[in-house]
Amino acid sequence: MNTPALETRGLRKSFGALTVANAVDFRLEHGARHALIGPNGAGKTTFVELVTGALQASAGQIHLDGADITHLPQAARVKRGLVRTFQITALFRRLSVLENVTLAVCERQGVGGGLFRPAGRHRGAIEEAHALLEQLGLEVEALRPVNLLAYGRQRLVEIAVSLALSPKVLLLDEPAAGVPSGESGAIIKVIERLPSDIALLIIEHDMDLVFRLAQRITVLVQGSVLVEGPLEAIAMDPEVRRVYLGERVPR
Amino acid sequence: MTPSRAIDAFARRHRYHPLEALPWLAAVASYFIFPDYLALGAQILATILFALSADLVLGYAGIVTLGHAAFLGTGAYTAGILAAHGWGEPFTGILAGSVAAAFLGFLSGLVVLRTTGLALLMQTLVVATLVAEAANKASFITGGDDGLQGMEVWPIFGWFRFDLFGRTSYAYCLALLFLGWLIARQIVHSPFGRSLIGIRENVRRMHAIGAPVARRRLTIYTISAALAGVSGALIAQTTQFVSLSFLSLERSGTVLIMLIIGGVGRLYGAFIGVPLYMIAQNRFSEIDPVYWYFWIGLLMVLVVVFARGGVLGLFDRFRR
Repeated sequence: MNTPALETRGLRKSFGALTVANAVDFRLEHGARHALIGPNGAGKTTFVELVTGALQASAGQIHLDGADITHLPQAARVKRGLVRTFQITALFRRLSVLENVTLAVCERQGVGGGLFRPAGRHRGAIEEAHALLEQLGLEVEALRPVNLLAYGRQRLVEIAVSLALSPKVLLLDEPAAGVPSGESGAIIKVIERLPSDIALLIIEHDMDLVFRLAQRITVLVQGSVLVEGPLEAIAMDPEVRRVYLGERVPR
Repeated sequence: MTPSRAIDAFARRHRYHPLEALPWLAAVASYFIFPDYLALGAQILATILFALSADLVLGYAGIVTLGHAAFLGTGAYTAGILAAHGWGEPFTGILAGSVAAAFLGFLSGLVVLRTTGLALLMQTLVVATLVAEAANKASFITGGDDGLQGMEVWPIFGWFRFDLFGRTSYAYCLALLFLGWLIARQIVHSPFGRSLIGIRENVRRMHAIGAPVARRRLTIYTISAALAGVSGALIAQTTQFVSLSFLSLERSGTVLIMLIIGGVGRLYGAFIGVPLYMIAQNRFSEIDPVYWYFWIGLLMVLVVVFARGGVLGLFDRFRR
């Protein structure tokens, strides 16, 4: 069996008596389009925080492309290509779109702590950031502060920032959350067109989006994996329909 | 907008703007226009450097501190004690004060920067109080409550004596402030400086793009402490006196007030807020020796109510 892009074994996290992740075994294959779903409070975002290192796991292991990263700090995991987006947009609100992305490019290139050359002279980084904006159709707004953008556009900047880090594994935490339905189309299109060598894990509530983007689904309930499998099997699983989908039947 | 235009606008931002010459022209002009106030002028210039150092941590990195006087005082006492014990060479005194303050900044930063917000504020206050109390207890070397007596500062380059009118002091402070400003300006336009703004704006995002946040914060805290140490050493050398008030909470608080009046996180807020505050203090205390603090307070209230973002913030509003 080939090594998965990302794997967790027996991942557990508890705060006192409250267990928010309970022995989660999870595999994300290279180039996968995988969705993680589950009702509110199932521990989806906690799982992302554990995997990215924002939270330390109580037990279990996390492997990135075969290498144990369980005890690596967050920054080191990012350097290895493990990147996330945030459910609630987390950007540098008063900085321009271009600078938001340029900061990420600079960190990836390892010049983010440089003192002796002005940021403006790192032209390669600025050009790369701008090329990303063009790719996502954001170049018109390059010099606008992020907080003046429509929320749907901010979600795109969120994706642009994560792409600037050259991810191998990208965790998209509800990429279209809070976006008016008219604007979510642009976001879905961008996700569909992401390079196929990036392994995608989409944490999502919106089932339409899941069925459009994902090939495999993992269902998380109360911190444990309920079931995992290809799209069709999950959609037909009676247990999943009972605890999560309710009466809603996917098209 | 063509791609190159957006990129160029971004890439040009660090270049010098003609307006940036203004404070220096004003400072040089003041030397000739107000020959009777050069001693005050020198204090203002040195204090601008102190406020500038505070702006780096507070305005850029978003590190709230009520203990910045610890670094001012460390620099002042280091240069002062050297001068009182037979080593009055000014530049090495400055260097020693700066290194000592940087050392304290690094060590205390290792501990206090593990927290943020109110907890951080309290811890910076604690550090400053500890240093002040240590200076008080070590009266055999610091002079304690009486202040440090008997400083003898040698002429600059062995030639320019510190005169009664403050001409040498003024030029000396101006030169070192200029140097400090060059360093601070270089920092805020560097990728490191931009990443500090990132930390201030959204620390979670900074972690998520793989930035070593803790190291960056410690670095700027140490640099800022070093600059504050230069400022303290300057004030000590030019007034030939150091007292415990250098380490007081009032100093730490006043520098924040001066910064807020000028504008925080703008590099030039210090150049407006400090002269405004210190000249107002000088004038008010002459006009109304008993209640002058009231007028300072009123000035502060007006700024907070009508000019959030300080005096420089007002200019922003007019530009729009």
